[in-house]
Amino acid sequence: MAQTAAASADTFPKLLIRNASIYGSRPAMRHKDYGIWQTWTWSQVLDVVRPYAVGLQRAGLKRGETIAIVGGNRPKLYWSVMAAQMLGAIPVPVYADAVADELSYVLSHAEVRFAAVEDQEQVDKVISVLDRLPKIELMFYDEKRGLRDYDHSNLRAIDDVIADGRKALASDPSAAAKLDAEIAAGKGSDPSIILYTSGTTGRSKGVVLTNERSIKATSDTVEFDKLTADDVALAYLPLAWVGDHYLNYCQGLVAGFCTACPENPDTAMQDLREIGPTFYFAPPRTLEVLLTRVMIRMEDAGVLKRKMFHYFIGIARKYGERILNKQPVPLSGRVLYWLGELLVYGPLKNVLGFSKVRVAYTAGEAVGPDLFAFYRSIGLNLKQLYGQTEAFLYLTAQPDGAIYSDTVGVVFPNVDLRIADNGEVQFKSPGMFAGYFKDEEKTKEVLTPDGYVKTGDAGFFDEKTGQLKIIDRSNDVGKLNNGTLFPPKYIENKLKFFPNIREAVAYGDKRDFVAVMLNIDLTAVGSWAERNNVVYGSYQELAGHPLVYEMIAAHVAEVNRSLAEDKAMAGAQIKRFLILHKELDADDGELTRTQKVRRGFIADRYAPLIKALYDGSKEADISTEVTFEDGRKGVISARVKIRDVQTVPAAGALEKAA
Amino acid sequence: MRAPSGSGAEVAVGDVLLSIENVSLSFGGVKAVSDVSFDIRKGEIRAIIGPNGAGKTSMLNVINGFYHPQQGRITFKGETRSEMRPYEAAQGGIARTFQNVALFRGMTVLDNIMAGRTLRMHSNFIWQLLRFGPAMNEEVEHRHFVEEIIEFLKIQEIRRTPVGRLPYGLQKRVELGRALAMQPDLLLLDEPMAGMNLEEKEDMSRFVLDVNDHYGTTIALIEHDMGVVMDLSDRVVVLDHGIKIADGTPDEVKKNQAVIDAYLGVAH
Repeated sequence: MAQTAAASADTFPKLLIRNASIYGSRPAMRHKDYGIWQTWTWSQVLDVVRPYAVGLQRAGLKRGETIAIVGGNRPKLYWSVMAAQMLGAIPVPVYADAVADELSYVLSHAEVRFAAVEDQEQVDKVISVLDRLPKIELMFYDEKRGLRDYDHSNLRAIDDVIADGRKALASDPSAAAKLDAEIAAGKGSDPSIILYTSGTTGRSKGVVLTNERSIKATSDTVEFDKLTADDVALAYLPLAWVGDHYLNYCQGLVAGFCTACPENPDTAMQDLREIGPTFYFAPPRTLEVLLTRVMIRMEDAGVLKRKMFHYFIGIARKYGERILNKQPVPLSGRVLYWLGELLVYGPLKNVLGFSKVRVAYTAGEAVGPDLFAFYRSIGLNLKQLYGQTEAFLYLTAQPDGAIYSDTVGVVFPNVDLRIADNGEVQFKSPGMFAGYFKDEEKTKEVLTPDGYVKTGDAGFFDEKTGQLKIIDRSNDVGKLNNGTLFPPKYIENKLKFFPNIREAVAYGDKRDFVAVMLNIDLTAVGSWAERNNVVYGSYQELAGHPLVYEMIAAHVAEVNRSLAEDKAMAGAQIKRFLILHKELDADDGELTRTQKVRRGFIADRYAPLIKALYDGSKEADISTEVTFEDGRKGVISARVKIRDVQTVPAAGALEKAA
Repeated sequence: MRAPSGSGAEVAVGDVLLSIENVSLSFGGVKAVSDVSFDIRKGEIRAIIGPNGAGKTSMLNVINGFYHPQQGRITFKGETRSEMRPYEAAQGGIARTFQNVALFRGMTVLDNIMAGRTLRMHSNFIWQLLRFGPAMNEEVEHRHFVEEIIEFLKIQEIRRTPVGRLPYGLQKRVELGRALAMQPDLLLLDEPMAGMNLEEKEDMSRFVLDVNDHYGTTIALIEHDMGVVMDLSDRVVVLDHGIKIADGTPDEVKKNQAVIDAYLGVAH
């Protein structure tokens, strides 16, 4: 029923009005304030957003104009989006932690005259770049604290704007009619929002989305995951990020579910536990942090609890995923798993806030198979999706029962997806963007002549599962001399999933075979050394230890086996590897500040090692300049050993053997 | 929002809230404070500085009644006494934090700050123990006030954490929260930034200014970090060996030769 109603409402304000009439007394939004969860029902939300829109209108906001939204996940900022949309204005959310420079770029590029901001911090930031923003006229702020003594000639509290609108609505009967006319004038083809991409590659671009397409795309996912007004989500990821806008704002309006805003960013984990959402999204990094926290706390627990935990996690690993996937499991397994649910998994999920989660997604980067399996084995229905801001949002997602850690799922209903000859993923989707704001040229660049959008990601369809696998940014994907595809990041990620391997740098583009340089993880390998009585004095010594080489060689062989399972990847197996004598470091320019390896720079710096990897030598000498923490420079010299690794025949042959 | 607090006459902003006249304090033969006079005006941030052993903490202890001076007079809200009693100070609206954090380490942040509300609770011990009827209503009311402080100090994420598990900088913030829970007219801060790193100091400075601005609380603080003192305070009094050697705005004090000598020493 929700779907048909959604289809008739072609803009978000119309959806809000629909929700207020059919879900009127159901919670639409929660926010923890003064230590208590405050709740607004759909009709209460409408009752705030209408006067807010009138207030904005009286402040001068007009149809087609932009208004910046700067801050975290707070109800009033979400309502700012709704109120702007009511007037046919286009909200432009900006990341709360954007530095003044980025902020001024987005605000001036989007030509905003108005900005709704969270607090003093954001007001200060806008004021600091005011000379670069001649167009800005008025700022509205949510949090009053610290702003009392500011010059209020261009500042106004959101509460005052709402109060002003409410007064106008009460005293002037035509105000309501005027607002209704604005809402009615909204068309599905109108832009609903402009989302600026994070801009990892150059200046960020403003992705323009339209009402109709956003609602259509959202209706598809709401149906796919069977989201209803009974669901609850916690909006804890950045408001300006496409994921939050899609998963919480749009899905919330289409399905009519309740979006909860955390008290502040640091309390999100506690709030998660209190709210107990049914729909949950977390990037792999967050899941990793959570798991580490659980493991550390378990190590501190008493012997009995610890033993019990490890025993039942073992049971979960054995049967958990199969039970979740509704595969056959022996009765003893079911009984043990049931006991584990009672004693371990249930309480654990409760602590993590996952007790009620029905659908959970992760996306954004590669997720380690162990990490993924852990959450699934304890009964969290974690799935992967693949999407893009330009696609808004889903391109592929994993259906229940067909979950793999290394794929991103099947092509979503109504999405048209193809792999270009160069391996690039291209798509047409229902939520597809209307173009980059004020950037015809860039828009043309990402569109193919026949109207598909280029993702810039290389991928292929896995033969076994029929699901899409994303391997790398397509610009980074190279080819071996024999023509085999060489995706460096895909190989590096597979290596980095081993806790003992900290960093990996793969080479192979225009070479005969794939070779890698590795960094061991000092914490993991160090603790292994302690347990196995391996004596070492320094990182360098440990990295060069023959037993460490043995262990790492086994990991590399494991990766080769997994690469061999894909026909497309089988040729890209690792033939030789070495363990670097020092850790790759951002201070030495080997990593970016966000800890990504700079492959080209490392190749230059370690040229003698690269040469040795490919000329068959057993070891090579290297001396490199290093920068110490205090800025002094020194030289590290070492003799690094190089190992050959056995490769595995491609999948077809292996299956026959098995 | 501010409930009228404490006893005594209300003092207008800018008038003298507390004045110390010719106060001397000695422990046996040791003269901790001798013949010191100064005043604190309502709404200002007043710093007391001086080298180690100058008698700064003794001075605070005299103000909140922990020490009783042998000579001199203390006038608070127009009432003149020869010495303060701690409960008079507390009921009169003087709150303080300590050089060494003095919190209940096993209790949560929330409970510690709630403890600061004790003086404002009207229902008796038995009712509070039963947590029923009027006591419950009162507790809800106080809890709301405490939640405002928690939000004000941005410590929501540690609301339920036992204080003993928190890093030092946060404990200091919780202690400030507990002092604020008393809704004091005069807040005494004994080295609020001691042992903090730069970032924590900046945060704390921000909070001190915000407390002064938002709640209109008069603040007297002891601090060794000169940068902080000169930035924050409206007026500074300088003690050295128990004697007042300077009193004035930060700029005046900075230029005062006696102060420079006291801090840097004099060539003999």
